[in-house]
Amino acid sequence: MIEKADQIFILLRNWLVSFLPPAWQTAAGVVLGVIGIIAVFPGLFAITTVLERKGIGRMQNRLGPNRVGPFGILQPIADAIKSLTKEDVIPTNADGVVHFLAPVYLVVVAFMGFAVLPVGRNMVLVDMDASLLFYFAMGASTEVSIFMAGWSSRNKYSLLGAMRAVAQMISYEVPLLLSSVVIVMMTGSLSLVKIVEAQNQYTWGLPHWYIFTPWGFAGFIMYAIAGTAETNRSPFDLPEGESELVAGYFTEYSGFKFALFFLAEYLGMLSISGLGTTLFLGGWSAPLAALTWVPSWFWFFSKVMLSIVVFIWIRGTLPRLRQDQLMNFAWKFVIPMTLLNLFVAAIWRFMGEGWLRWIVSSSILIVVYIAVARAGMRRKHFGPRSYRYAD
Amino acid sequence: MLGEGILKGLAETARNFAGSFVSKERMTTVEYPEERAPLPEASRVFPFLVYDGSDWQAGMRCVACQICEKECPPKCIYIEKSKDKKPDYTGKLQIYPARFDIDISVCMSCQICVEVCPFEAIKMDTEFELSTTDRFGGLLYDRKQLARSNEYYHSIHPTEASEVDARLADEKAKADAKAKAAAEAAKAKAAAAAATPTNAAPATKSQLAQPTADPASQESKG
Repeated sequence: MIEKADQIFILLRNWLVSFLPPAWQTAAGVVLGVIGIIAVFPGLFAITTVLERKGIGRMQNRLGPNRVGPFGILQPIADAIKSLTKEDVIPTNADGVVHFLAPVYLVVVAFMGFAVLPVGRNMVLVDMDASLLFYFAMGASTEVSIFMAGWSSRNKYSLLGAMRAVAQMISYEVPLLLSSVVIVMMTGSLSLVKIVEAQNQYTWGLPHWYIFTPWGFAGFIMYAIAGTAETNRSPFDLPEGESELVAGYFTEYSGFKFALFFLAEYLGMLSISGLGTTLFLGGWSAPLAALTWVPSWFWFFSKVMLSIVVFIWIRGTLPRLRQDQLMNFAWKFVIPMTLLNLFVAAIWRFMGEGWLRWIVSSSILIVVYIAVARAGMRRKHFGPRSYRYAD
Repeated sequence: MLGEGILKGLAETARNFAGSFVSKERMTTVEYPEERAPLPEASRVFPFLVYDGSDWQAGMRCVACQICEKECPPKCIYIEKSKDKKPDYTGKLQIYPARFDIDISVCMSCQICVEVCPFEAIKMDTEFELSTTDRFGGLLYDRKQLARSNEYYHSIHPTEASEVDARLADEKAKADAKAKAAAEAAKAKAAAAAATPTNAAPATKSQLAQPTADPASQESKG
């Protein structure tokens, strides 16, 4: 019974496929998996938008949307109808083809990442050996689409937003990768399925998640920072900073194309959360050995939604960074820390079992963190302002 | 320490988030169509015409003096005087507005008409849900649409309305006293005239001259 609940979607797929002739069964199984992904993640996107608006509203002591349906839960449906019925405006001087392709490409790429995420035991669409690499390849190509959108719109706000986005996403791609490399070092595999299986063990009823190790914890923090920047979420939402750039790279988009950008942003958030869950939070494994009877997909999605809640919480808390702060933070703090984390992970790997490695690796991380933070936070002393020509 | 401020900020937003569910004073939102905040007594939107009693036509205080029409800065008031007369609150015969239109699409809610009115006939309303599908005819209010009872005036501006009522009652008392005195004087004169019939003509003249003095006294208080 427990086994069946865990594998319910796999069994359902197999049952549906069994009606088809054997030659078609493999292809039909894949199509069903794709349909599942296309149905589930936009559904989560809809839930996330209303959750975000309600949550941020509450943080600001407002009610948030509460008109459509009970407690406003039907708001995403109203939004969808609105964006579908709106006029699709294309600027006269825009490059029509690229302007059209940009949102389509963005959404396609955003969906591709989900293909390799194991959302439950045996529940992964494509189980490839280098799925982590595939994921990052797909994640990196969103930048192309954002630049396409910014460039083809022929609007200075769009272009500025796109420039910012590309600068930011390339800068934060590096720490994102470096913080994930630690996991590859420890598991010796690029396969996300194997990474989850490595974490699905228990000692005294507690799981072997990588976040519960010094290097894993540091890596997770760095991953979360880089992931927030990678998905252009607040406080790193400079590319679409509405107070400065109208809407950044999608200023000239309207109607459903705008909705597609919105969808892609949230899909990116969901997939970054999904990858973070897989790498650091044990993927679909249960948080306690006593809770392994709960279906694995439940754990995966609850961890993802928990990360989404943290995303929303951070958005409700932090103001937007300045461009130079953003770049300094990436290159002078996050990247050095991730590089150090690689070193710490290597020490951990070669010191063998025992409590000594805990002390050594955590003390290295803490000492360097404090030193780098102090150096970075040191007040810069600017003298009185002097004018070369005005005096 | 780096990150300390972020944690403090997160705690603050979490406190606000949780607090908004339990504490009433945090959530200041008034969900407008269902519930509404009480309007301040001094709030004003557009003018209306006050009438006493239950019949709006009989009790209308306006005497079509056209002061408001002339003073109105955007010229949104249009008045036509009546040919006949009807008694006002003191019982004196006055003309009344045969037409009194206010175009509220032009009105700028300046309250000047209220300030200049010597008869306390025009006051500011607090009704603000005035949307209509007809933007020309629907926003041009005639005297029937503008007429509101004195009780309604009391319900929206209680302090101001009581002051106005006291003032009107005072004037009415004064007018009554004057009329009484005049009547007694006339009676005394009539008695005197009865005694000496040759003086009857001047006495009746002074009795007729009495009402014309009244509007002047009313205007002087405004």
